[in-house]
Amino acid sequence: MTDSAFLEVKHLKKYFDLGHDRLLKAVDDVSLNIRKGKTLGIVGESGCGKTTFGRTVLGIYEKTGGKVVFDGKDTDAMSEKEHFQLKKRMQMIFQDPYASLNPRSTVLDLIAEPMDIHHLCKNGRDRRARVEKLLQEVGLSADFLNRYPHEFSGGQRQRIGIARALALNPEFVIADEPISALDVSVQAQVVQLLKQLQKEKGLTMMFIAHDLSMVKYISDDVAVMYLGHLVEQTSSRVLYDRPLHPYTQALLSAIPIPDPDVEEKRKRIILSGDLPSPINPPSGCVFRTRCPLAMAACASEKPSLKEVAEGHYVACHLHPSAKSGHAARMKQVFNKEENRPFQSIFPYLNHALYF
Amino acid sequence: MSDQEPLLQVSHLHVTFKTHGGRVSAVRGVDFSVNRGETLAIVGESGCGKSVTSLSVMGLLPASGKITQGSIRFDHQELTRLTKKQMRRIRGVDLSMIFQDPMTSLNPTLSIGSQMTEGLVHQNKVPRSEARKRAVDMLKLVGIPNPQERMKEFPHQFSGGMRQRIVIAMALICQPKLIIADEPTTALDVTIQAQILELFGRIQRETGVAMIMITHDLGIVAKIADRIAVMYAGEIVETGNKRDIFYHSRHPYTKALLDSIVRIDLPSDELHPIEGAPPDLFSPPAGCAFSDRCPFAMEVCDHVQPPTTWLDLHHRAACWLLDKRAQAVREAVEK
Repeated sequence: MTDSAFLEVKHLKKYFDLGHDRLLKAVDDVSLNIRKGKTLGIVGESGCGKTTFGRTVLGIYEKTGGKVVFDGKDTDAMSEKEHFQLKKRMQMIFQDPYASLNPRSTVLDLIAEPMDIHHLCKNGRDRRARVEKLLQEVGLSADFLNRYPHEFSGGQRQRIGIARALALNPEFVIADEPISALDVSVQAQVVQLLKQLQKEKGLTMMFIAHDLSMVKYISDDVAVMYLGHLVEQTSSRVLYDRPLHPYTQALLSAIPIPDPDVEEKRKRIILSGDLPSPINPPSGCVFRTRCPLAMAACASEKPSLKEVAEGHYVACHLHPSAKSGHAARMKQVFNKEENRPFQSIFPYLNHALYF
Repeated sequence: MSDQEPLLQVSHLHVTFKTHGGRVSAVRGVDFSVNRGETLAIVGESGCGKSVTSLSVMGLLPASGKITQGSIRFDHQELTRLTKKQMRRIRGVDLSMIFQDPMTSLNPTLSIGSQMTEGLVHQNKVPRSEARKRAVDMLKLVGIPNPQERMKEFPHQFSGGMRQRIVIAMALICQPKLIIADEPTTALDVTIQAQILELFGRIQRETGVAMIMITHDLGIVAKIADRIAVMYAGEIVETGNKRDIFYHSRHPYTKALLDSIVRIDLPSDELHPIEGAPPDLFSPPAGCAFSDRCPFAMEVCDHVQPPTTWLDLHHRAACWLLDKRAQAVREAVEK
């Protein structure tokens, strides 16, 4: 996995100092890789640190600790000039197409702005031609060049935002909730556009969202975050078929399925309580306060991210590393009926647990 | 009491807004009814008029909006003819509403307790001590731990999910006959949404209140609705029981809407978005509003509004494909 990693994030931390000796640990020790040309989906509820994570990877926020290795180069070891060049290769698509476009600029200026900063256009005609080409790529008409953002619908604005991000021909794009402000039928249009552009240009992408169904469609791998921590990461197919972390299981079971027959038969895991405060997170496992399976060990010891099956990483005491000696003991615990509340909901869990 | 009549009957409702750009026909001839104790879901994209419809029922249209035609009968009364004062007596007592964003529907400067009892004390003339007792009971019902203490707290001291629970408790406190919930979980996270939906189900079982749920999320609809009305461009294009709509939908828009969602429980390699955008309601189309985006549009669709066809007692749709004369086309489409 590591050899083909295009972006490697190692033990990334981002703490915000709130004063009075209070630290908000928005991202705490997150490590992951993205393979070249693939899409990693990052999911989690609001406040889990997924946006902060994306921004810290891009360098919009200064990281508190850890490493970001982009295409084999440590970003810390780069000179200022290299950094500037690096920014050309990584771009971001923002959440709110209403807030991220300057209302006083025309579409032409909005899309050309990144190219102006990097002095890419030879002359006015070239600039215009490049913008026209970009507009065409995102499915907008070239007639829109001299219009202003308020003249467009949400979906069209998001297309402008995408054109802006693609203006520099980046290799890596972070899309931070690009569809959450849009209508359902328009969401599908934008996601389809992103997927198509990615295929054409061979982009590597990080897709941050709280909508798990769209993430499923667009991502090759999915990482689940909870309260600043990475709790599970694996391929999109495995995650939706066989989630292992109790949080992922609850998250997936919370999504109502648009099919009355399925919905009626479904039992769901309803988590009690709310997300704890990231200023004063619970000791040990951060999820234990809401976890229906929490044990004594969860309060004292922080579970680390372990590879429990090939390419499947989970941070939970219930899922010890495949190699560890704990596995046998855990198996005993889980063979007891009362310790398997998920059985009826996830029947496959049985063998998934004991691989 | 003649329970033959539905609790709420909206007929031929037209609402227009005056704006700088001209008149917008936001709701164009909407018909629906809600029976006692049932949940009607109104589904549609933003701008389709689902919120305006519910605001008209509540009598809460902004000054620029006006009901130009139609009637709203609620519990044997014609709401469109009531005075403001009469309307206020119904609103919050027999009819209450839950809005999307719990933070904007709570007053940040008043304690939860005084906001909750306000309606009871002023409208129903319940003594304050009695009102407080009922407020505590309601908070207990919606699952707020130690309600006695928390009555003294202010909205900012609660999380988003807790605030929405409080709003629900406030909507229930006067024991209304109908609650209109306008996207009540859109601002919440999925795990919190699951809690709130569960709560709605429990409350309905325990109190028998009827509900109109306005949402764009078909998953929520599948979970809690009894009947569904699908809205598009200010009109209801299809109404039916939950299963009619999900499994036997007859309107191309309903079909396209169901097709455009990605399901997490099924493998999906392809997306089927609805191309194009809804029509501009400043100048509504002469024919069917969906004809521009409809893959099966015929000549007639562009020029004449489709009539409503009753497929059975509860299921109706407005589409030219259901006309007798379109038999051949319909067969071709259904293949």
